[in-house]
Amino acid sequence: MTEIAETQSAPATSFTTRFEIVPLVLFAAFAAAPLLATFSGAEGYVLSLLTRVMIFGIAAMALDLILGYGALVSFGHAAFLGLGAYTVGILASHGFEDALVQIPVALLASAVFALFTGAISLRTKGVYFIMITLAFGQMLYFLATSLAAYGGDDGMTLASRSLVAGTDWLENDFTFYWLCLVCLVGAYALSRSIVASRFGRVLRGTRENSVRMEAIGFQPFRFQLAAYVISGMMAGLAGCLLANQAEFVSPAFMTWQRSGELIFMVVLGGLGSLHGAIIGAAAFLLLEEFLPEILHASSFFLGEETRAHLAENWKMVFGPLLILIVLFVRGGIMGLLRRPHHG
Amino acid sequence: MAEPLLELRSLRKNYGALVVTDDVSLSVAPGELHAIIGPNGAGKTTLIHQISGMLPSNSGQILFAGEDITHLTMPQRVNCGLARSFQITSILPGFSALENVALAAQARSGSSFRFFGNASQEKKLNDPAMECLSEVGLGARAHIPAGLLSHGEKRQLELAIGLATEPKLLLLDEPLAGTGHDESQRVVETLRRLKNRLTVVLIEHDMDAVFSLADRVSVLVYGRLIATDTPERIRANPEVRAAYLGEEELV
Repeated sequence: MTEIAETQSAPATSFTTRFEIVPLVLFAAFAAAPLLATFSGAEGYVLSLLTRVMIFGIAAMALDLILGYGALVSFGHAAFLGLGAYTVGILASHGFEDALVQIPVALLASAVFALFTGAISLRTKGVYFIMITLAFGQMLYFLATSLAAYGGDDGMTLASRSLVAGTDWLENDFTFYWLCLVCLVGAYALSRSIVASRFGRVLRGTRENSVRMEAIGFQPFRFQLAAYVISGMMAGLAGCLLANQAEFVSPAFMTWQRSGELIFMVVLGGLGSLHGAIIGAAAFLLLEEFLPEILHASSFFLGEETRAHLAENWKMVFGPLLILIVLFVRGGIMGLLRRPHHG
Repeated sequence: MAEPLLELRSLRKNYGALVVTDDVSLSVAPGELHAIIGPNGAGKTTLIHQISGMLPSNSGQILFAGEDITHLTMPQRVNCGLARSFQITSILPGFSALENVALAAQARSGSSFRFFGNASQEKKLNDPAMECLSEVGLGARAHIPAGLLSHGEKRQLELAIGLATEPKLLLLDEPLAGTGHDESQRVVETLRRLKNRLTVVLIEHDMDAVFSLADRVSVLVYGRLIATDTPERIRANPEVRAAYLGEEELV
């Protein structure tokens, strides 16, 4: 019996250490990208696309923290993106343009909203939890569309990016890129720590068997609520960055489709690995960006008119493609990366 | 007799007209191993659910160590020192056996609202967990994912998890259910060793085990307690024989 225990646990440990390569490569790639962008000739375009990828990476990772590790399917996470973005927009329109004011206020607003909605929705389970988070998300969406003073349906354009301690550093695309990377790495490090900590272990235990957790003396609700608040704040931070990246704020940031896309990013990348969510966000946004061109290029054998139609209706391919990935690549992209190690 | 550790006073549970627990009064002395037996459908598991706080009672009182715990939630009762195991194995299949037990130790060891530091490396939690695992004979299997353990080993793991919550009283709901002969022998041996250290309320169908372990036996039939006595006298009780033991071959 002892031999079995040892032979089984030995590869398991080396497997986890080897596996930490993926996030390292991922962050190294993000760090190297600006240098390559300079040579690409389309510096501004590449930078802004990758900045968007990182921002959605933060939001998707925030969702993965509760979805992947707590099995809480929040279908209203875009609300936090919107909340963060609107905090930046509204404060800026009243003359508070400094990120050192905007970000703490956005985090606080997200935390309060998460605490309030979480305390209610976490009393439900399964489909009801999904529906109630969706309802809260939509509630905030309709609130935003009715804010006539702040652009209503149309949203509002920011005069400039946020200041940092009075200076306009963030106007430089490179500086803003680095800021987003720092936020991404920071959020990742924090999430990693949370997942492995005592708190994270209770959250993971609750995902597996909440009755058992109660039977050893934990009250799952408190841990789930705390995780929900942390996740909401992280998504709120992503919202602040998104407003600055787009230099524009609109209710479209928090539609239920956006919440759905966030879930898709997490599932696409692979549930419950954190960096998987970042990879999922990257895959989703890059596919969305380049699929029309890929389709146009790869259908060279078809007539010019058909090719144009195909590129135009790229979503017809995008949807089924995502479904195929989810159906046949269990564990998402991370599952694909993980597979060879198992053999 | 010393003041009872657990006392049930006229406990009742009904679903509409169906009475599942009918006016059950029972007291369990500290250090005692108290077995509850009864035919299938007698309401044994329901009674355990009520004592552990998984199901609310319709009326009556539950006193534990002199305090009224009738309205406490299950986690609160666990923190008072009232742990339980489940008839249908309830473990965390994705966690290693050691982590299953370490989590129970964690519940008893300060706040779990700690966001830094790797919990799986905490010696303070792993050492007592390993001790509990060794106690039930699973020490060698500590690093195997709990979901891959054999059925009997999962039953032993449940016992270890219960022990790690440092209970004053352990409620065991058929710890031998579905185990093979050797495995059940091992669990019985473990229970015999535990007997001296804590109070146990045991529900079990295995009469050999019940009569060799129990200090006192209560017989539950259709939600009613028809007798509570020493194993010898329960065996001789004609009412009990008629209601229950007659169905099985007596040892």
